[in-house]
Amino acid sequence: MAVVERTAPPAARQVPAGPRKGWRAHWHLYAAISPFYLLFLAFGLIPVGFSLYLSFHRWDGLGAMEWAGLTQYQYLLSDSDFWQSIGTTLVIWALATFPMIFLAMVTAVLLNSAVRFKNAYRFAYFLPSVTSVVAVAIVFGSIFSTDFGMVNALLQAVGLDQVAWLNTPWGIKIAIATLMTWQWTGYNAIIFLAGLQTVPGDLYEAARIDGAGPVQTFFRVTLPLLRPTLLFVLVVSTVTGLQSFSEPQVLLQTTANESTFAGGPDRAGQTMVLYFFQQTFDNNDFGYGAAVAWGIFLVVVLFSIINWRLVQRRGEQ
Amino acid sequence: MASIKGSGRRGAALHASLIIGVLLSAFPFYWAVVMSTHTSSEIFSYPPKLLPGSHFLQNVRNLFDTIDFFGSMGNSLLVATVVTVLVLFFDSLAAFVFAKFPFPGRRVLFGLLMLIFMVPAQLAAIPQFVIMSKIGWIGSMTALIVPAAANAFGIFWMRQYMRSAIHDELLDAARLDGARFLRQYWHVALPVVRPGLAFLGIFTFMGQWNDYAWPLIALTNPDNVTLQVALSQLNGTRGTTDYGMVMTGALLALIPLLIVFAVGARQIIGDLAKGAVRG
Repeated sequence: MAVVERTAPPAARQVPAGPRKGWRAHWHLYAAISPFYLLFLAFGLIPVGFSLYLSFHRWDGLGAMEWAGLTQYQYLLSDSDFWQSIGTTLVIWALATFPMIFLAMVTAVLLNSAVRFKNAYRFAYFLPSVTSVVAVAIVFGSIFSTDFGMVNALLQAVGLDQVAWLNTPWGIKIAIATLMTWQWTGYNAIIFLAGLQTVPGDLYEAARIDGAGPVQTFFRVTLPLLRPTLLFVLVVSTVTGLQSFSEPQVLLQTTANESTFAGGPDRAGQTMVLYFFQQTFDNNDFGYGAAVAWGIFLVVVLFSIINWRLVQRRGEQ
Repeated sequence: MASIKGSGRRGAALHASLIIGVLLSAFPFYWAVVMSTHTSSEIFSYPPKLLPGSHFLQNVRNLFDTIDFFGSMGNSLLVATVVTVLVLFFDSLAAFVFAKFPFPGRRVLFGLLMLIFMVPAQLAAIPQFVIMSKIGWIGSMTALIVPAAANAFGIFWMRQYMRSAIHDELLDAARLDGARFLRQYWHVALPVVRPGLAFLGIFTFMGQWNDYAWPLIALTNPDNVTLQVALSQLNGTRGTTDYGMVMTGALLALIPLLIVFAVGARQIIGDLAKGAVRG
């Protein structure tokens, strides 16, 4: 409470309405915000603290907990399966995110120029993002099926060999990335479109008078003004993309032999979060699972900072 | 850009490229329809099927015989509806406080909220599972409903919305009339922010309907699961043998969601994009 009271004056100064009183006089306000904080305490803060504690122990969830010191983390650093899952996650993320951002920007620019049917287009482009990953993964599993999939039918039609998409390391990664790109391109296009609509029209007019072509206008006018939106899209894609779970889990569970979290043959589609689920809920290794979760958290934070920095610094030039 | 706006050849090229995008967006839905209307032997025969067949009803019958489709759909409806109602109430109430009332500790508590936003789910997953096993919630829908009953995103989003939508004069007038806190919330704030509530409600419902990772872990009884988990089980056990049936399940599971989306599309597309640009 001491902390709370010290920060009171600046908070109170911000909003003119209401008299300045002690926290006792505001009990109803605390009561009104309490449900979230109580839930967070029970299902957020205490579990997160507990998982930190767990990561220094050995525990199968049933027997007695055994102090392990730093050994779980030492093992994590030398665990080639974990490093492989980091690599897999990053490859899938890159294969999905860069085409997605490029296509989303192109779509947004096109949508911004379209006068008619704008709402119909937005509806159609947004639709993939609201459908469930489970249903989408089932559908994509059959689109990429070796025997009767659409992709192989197309390859055959143009005289190319069939590919066993869900049985080869690169095929698996491409299939997952394609699914993600399909699901999120339209969503991000709508976000970019909203960003584009904040760009004043006379800027384009000025660029046109100065003799800039459409491509030049895009790189000199549109892109710099879209930077905040790009930053938002990139950070959200990074945080969600690096924690992908449902897409590979559903897509690859039929071809995986030993575990539903294995990520297909040779674990080629096993992302970091899949690896976490396998260690925790298949192997009942709760202590090591907790260490893996903290490892993932660190990777996501590091990668988000790197992305943020890259986009920000280019903005300063 | 402005030059494309005119009609004529450029306009046609513009709409042609946009329609290609629409077709790409729509293709997997069409593909699901094609698959769900064929028997397995038809699907596995050459050449690949590109047009809908005539065995949809047979696939539906097989689906209903294989999994408890309506039972799991009922579970999904229950979870999504209850969570949506609770989230709308708790989040808007907390957002109202953060948006319109000064009180000691507001900044710290709101900062904490933003921090919570960023905690990844798997950090809390193991202890959550352990705690819920201890209190006996694992295997029941309670394990899905209670932790989701209020969330940081909704509070943050509603606060931004309320700050601009509810005018201070309106609240002052209500105060002069003697309205206490809860009456201000119910009679002044809520009617004004109804569009915002619609967005948050649709968004929450769709998120809960589609949720998969936590239900997969928490619902340990395979006969009492949500629709997404039931579909995934079906895909895992029958996915290589009866594609037509599995695809029928995926398609039917999408229908309630598509209805909700069709009703609220304008709201959700507009508001989500606005929030992103503002943030």
